Amino acid sequence: MFKRTDPPDCTITWDGRELPARNGESLATALLAAGVLHFRETPVSGAARGPLCLMGACFDCLVELDGQPNVQACMTPVRPGLVAAPQRGIRGLPEVEDAA
Amino acid sequence: MSAPEQVDLLILGAGPAGMAAAIAARGQGVSVLLLDENAGPGGQVHRAIETRAAKDDQDADGARLVLALRTSGADLRFGATLWAIEPGGKVFWSEGGVGPEARGTQARSITARRVLLCAGATERPLPIPGWTLPGVMSVGAAQIALKTAGLVPEARVWIAGQGPLLWLYAKQALAAGGRIAGIVDLSHGVPPDALRHLPRALLAPGYLAKGLAWQYAVKRAGVPILRAESLRAEGEDRLRRIVIDEVAHEADLLLLHDGVVPNTQVTRAIPGCLHDWDAVQACWRPRLDAWGNTTVEGVMVAGDAGGIGGARAAAHAGRLAALEVAHALGRLTRNQRDAEAGRWRLALNRQLAPRRFLDALFPPLPAAAIADDTILCRCEEVTAGRVREAVSLGCLGANQTKAFTRTGMGPCQGRVCGPAVHAVIAAAREVDPAAVDPFRTRFPTKPLTLGELAALAS
Amino acid sequence: MERYDVAIIGGGMVGTAIGYGCAGHGARVAVLDEGDVALRASRGNFGLVWGQSKGDNMPAYAAWTRRSIALWPDLAERVSVLAGRDVQYRQVGGLTFCLDEQELVARRDFVHRRHNQGHASVRMLDRRELEELMPGCPLGPDVSGASYDPNDGHVDPLTLLRGLHAGLRAAGGAHLPGAPLDAIEPAAGGYRLRRADGSELLAARVVVAAGVATTPIAAMIGLDVPVRPVRGQNIVTERLAPILPKPASAIRQTGDGTVQIGVTNEDDGSFETPTTTAALAGMAARALRVLPPLAQARMVRSWAALRPMTPDGCPAYAESATHPGCFVAVCHSGVTLAAVHAGPLAEAVLSGAVAEIAAELHPSRFVGMTHVQAH
Repeated sequence: MFKRTDPPDCTITWDGRELPARNGESLATALLAAGVLHFRETPVSGAARGPLCLMGACFDCLVELDGQPNVQACMTPVRPGLVAAPQRGIRGLPEVEDAA
Repeated sequence: MSAPEQVDLLILGAGPAGMAAAIAARGQGVSVLLLDENAGPGGQVHRAIETRAAKDDQDADGARLVLALRTSGADLRFGATLWAIEPGGKVFWSEGGVGPEARGTQARSITARRVLLCAGATERPLPIPGWTLPGVMSVGAAQIALKTAGLVPEARVWIAGQGPLLWLYAKQALAAGGRIAGIVDLSHGVPPDALRHLPRALLAPGYLAKGLAWQYAVKRAGVPILRAESLRAEGEDRLRRIVIDEVAHEADLLLLHDGVVPNTQVTRAIPGCLHDWDAVQACWRPRLDAWGNTTVEGVMVAGDAGGIGGARAAAHAGRLAALEVAHALGRLTRNQRDAEAGRWRLALNRQLAPRRFLDALFPPLPAAAIADDTILCRCEEVTAGRVREAVSLGCLGANQTKAFTRTGMGPCQGRVCGPAVHAVIAAAREVDPAAVDPFRTRFPTKPLTLGELAALAS
Repeated sequence: MERYDVAIIGGGMVGTAIGYGCAGHGARVAVLDEGDVALRASRGNFGLVWGQSKGDNMPAYAAWTRRSIALWPDLAERVSVLAGRDVQYRQVGGLTFCLDEQELVARRDFVHRRHNQGHASVRMLDRRELEELMPGCPLGPDVSGASYDPNDGHVDPLTLLRGLHAGLRAAGGAHLPGAPLDAIEPAAGGYRLRRADGSELLAARVVVAAGVATTPIAAMIGLDVPVRPVRGQNIVTERLAPILPKPASAIRQTGDGTVQIGVTNEDDGSFETPTTTAALAGMAARALRVLPPLAQARMVRSWAALRPMTPDGCPAYAESATHPGCFVAVCHSGVTLAAVHAGPLAEAVLSGAVAEIAAELHPSRFVGMTHVQAH
C-alpha cells in the first residue's frame, strides 16, 4: 500500500464512507492513500479495475463524481466534501432538463 | 476565459520542452498560447514543482523554468486538452475545469501560425498475466503519486520490469521514507552490444554516474533484487500475490515498468506527418529536422515526444524550436537564428551523448514472451492470443488487427496497448517492427462530449 | 506458380464474402489484398442491413437487396460461429428520422414512391406511433416522425468481416495481403496475376472486388466501370446503457452499447480520409436533436472511410466479354449485400451465370451517365 508523508487536511465521501484527503491532490491519490484500489468495474466483463497510469491516459480510474459517470479520478482535484463512488459497469445518461 | 482568434505560436505541453520553448519564444517577441491538460506546469518530470520543495538538480531546473514561464507573458491554459489540429494551423481544445465542473468544459479553437507539440513520453506497457487487477500500477504512476501527493510505498510493494525510471523511482521512494518488498528485474543483464555505445556515453559521465548511483542506493538499502524470467499477478478482485518464476509472494501493490516511448498520439493523427521506427529505442518517432520541424509545414515537435532524451535535452530542443519559430515568423534572420542556436545545440548534444548507451542498456522486454491469455488491450479486454489469431487471418498491421479484434478501440484510444499490440504483431509475423503499421490515430485525440462537439456546429 | 480456381482482387467486405462463398463450394480460392492501411470501405461501414432506401428507381437493386436480407439470418448464424463472437445481427426494424415538417413531407413522398415500386414493407410513423414503437426512448422534440421498415436491422460489420475471413480460411481459401495488383494477363487455363511485390499466381477465374480501386483494375479485364470515392465520416461514443432500441439511418446503438453516428457523403473526388471537426460537429448536432441526452456522452473515436460509388449509386456486376471468366463486383452496401455475395453471386461466379442473376446491374448502363447523388 501507499502511506502519506504529508497529513490529510480535509475529508471526502467515497461510496458512502468518509475518507481523509488533501485539498488539491487528485481524487485518485486520495483514494490510494486511503487503501482504495477498486475504482470501477469494466463495462465489458464487469472485472474490477483501479488506476494504472495516474496521468490521464489509461481511463482505468473512472469513477462517478457528484453523480456524473465515467470521470477520470486522476485528473480530478480534491476539494473538501467531494462525493464520489465507483463506476459500476456501463454508464447511463442523465435526464435532460432542457431538451432544446 | 475567452481566447484570441490568432496566435503566433501554440505550444502543447508545459513540460521542460514546452516551458523552455515558451520562454525563448517570448524572448523573441513571439506571442504564445500554451495548453496543458494538467493543473499546473512542469510536465511529468517537474510535476507539482510549484507545491513541493526542490530536492535535487532536476527539481531546481524545473523550479527555474516554471518561474520564468510564469513571468514570460505567455498565455498559459491549464486543464486544457488539445484534441484536434487541422490544416492551416486551426487548433481545437477543451477547457473549463475538470471533475464536477466538467459539465462546463467548452470546446475552443484558435488559428496558430506555428504549432509546437511537446507531449512528452508515455510508459511502454508491460502486459503480464493479471496486470489488470486493482493494485497493479505503473512505476510512473507511483512516481506521480509521490511527487503530487507525497505517497510512498510501504509493506508489500513490489517493483518489476526494467529501465532507468524503475531505479530512479525506487531510490526516490526510499529517500522519502518508503519501503519496497523487492525488485523483480526482468531484463537479461547488460546486452553485449550496449558496450560499443559506452565510449560516447562517457562524454557525459554525470548522467551515467547518476544511473549507477540509483541502483547502488537501492541495493545498499537492503531491497532484495530478484532476477526473473516470468512474473504474474494474482488475486480475485484485487492483487493478493505475485508469482515470480513460479514462487508466490504476498503483495499489496505491484509497480510495472518497461521504459518510456515518445507520445505520438497527436502527431500520428496529422495527415502527412511521417514517423520512423527507432530500432534502438523500439518506438515510433516523428521525422524531424534539426530544429524540430515535422514533415508538415508549421507543425513542430520538441522534447521526448520526438525521441526520448530526458528533461534537459527536452528543454534545449524547445529553445531551438523557438528560435526556428522566430526565424519563420521573420523575427530573426537565418544568421541570427544560427548564432543564437549554437550554445543550445552544443548543450543538447552533450545531453544526448549517453542516450545510445542507455537505450542499448535497457532494451524493452520481448513481446514474443507474452502469454496468449494475457490481456493487451485493457479497455476492450483483448488478449495477446486474440491478436495473434488476427495475424494468422492475414492482418499485417495494427489497424486491420484493431478492426478484427477491437484492440485499441476503447476510451484510451490505444494509448496504453499500442506499443504492445505493435510488438506482438511484429513478433507473430516474424518481421522487422518497422514493417508493421502502428495504430493510426484520429482527431479528436481525447474523448470529448457530443455536446461540446455539437456546440461547434455552425 | 500457385494455381487457383478463383482469384479475388480485394479482401474487403465484397471480395471476402464472394471468396468465402466460392471456397464453401469447394473451389480453391485466393483473396488478394493490400496492406494494413488500404482504403477499406469495410472499415467505415455503418453496419446497417437495410432495404428501405435501396433501389429507388432501380427495381433490380431493390429486389437484390431484399433477396440478401432474406438470406441474412442464415449468414449471421454461420459467421458468428466462424468469428467466435456474436456478429450481433438484429433484425429489429429500422428507422429514418425526420426532424422537421419539411423532412417529414419529403420522406412521406419517398415512402409512397417505394410502395409504387413494390417495396411494401416500409411505412411512415408519426411522432405518437414512434413513441409507441420505442416506449421510454428519449427522443428530442424535433423528431416529427420516421420511416420504418420492420425487415431492416443492423450488425457489427467488423465481426462480419473477421468472420468472413475466418470462413474463407476454414474452407481452405488463401488470403494473400500486402501487395497491390499490377496486371491480369491471359494464360493457359485462365489468367496470370502479377503483383507489385513480384509474386505471380494463376487462376481459372478472376473476380475484381476492389472497391474504390475498381476502375483501373476492371480496365485490365476490358470492363469500363466508373467508380468514385465518397468519403463518410463516423463518430462512436463510449459504451452507454440502452438508449436507442432500433437502428436508424445515421444513428444506431451497437450491441456493445456504443452509439455510432454517421455519416457524411463527401463527393469531392479525393482519396484522402481525414476527419474534419466541422463535419463531426454537424453530425453530433443532428444526433443530439434525435436524442438530446447524448450531449453528455463522450465520443471516443472518429474515422473516415471511402465508399465506392457508381454513377447511379447502385451495384455493378458483370462478366468480361473480352476476358471470359473474369468478373467485376462493386457496391457501397457490402454489409447488406454480404448474404447474396456469399450465396447466389459466388455460385454464379463458379457457374459463369453472373449475367443471368444480375442482368440489369451490368455496368454497361453507365455509358453516357453523369454522376448522381449517392443513396
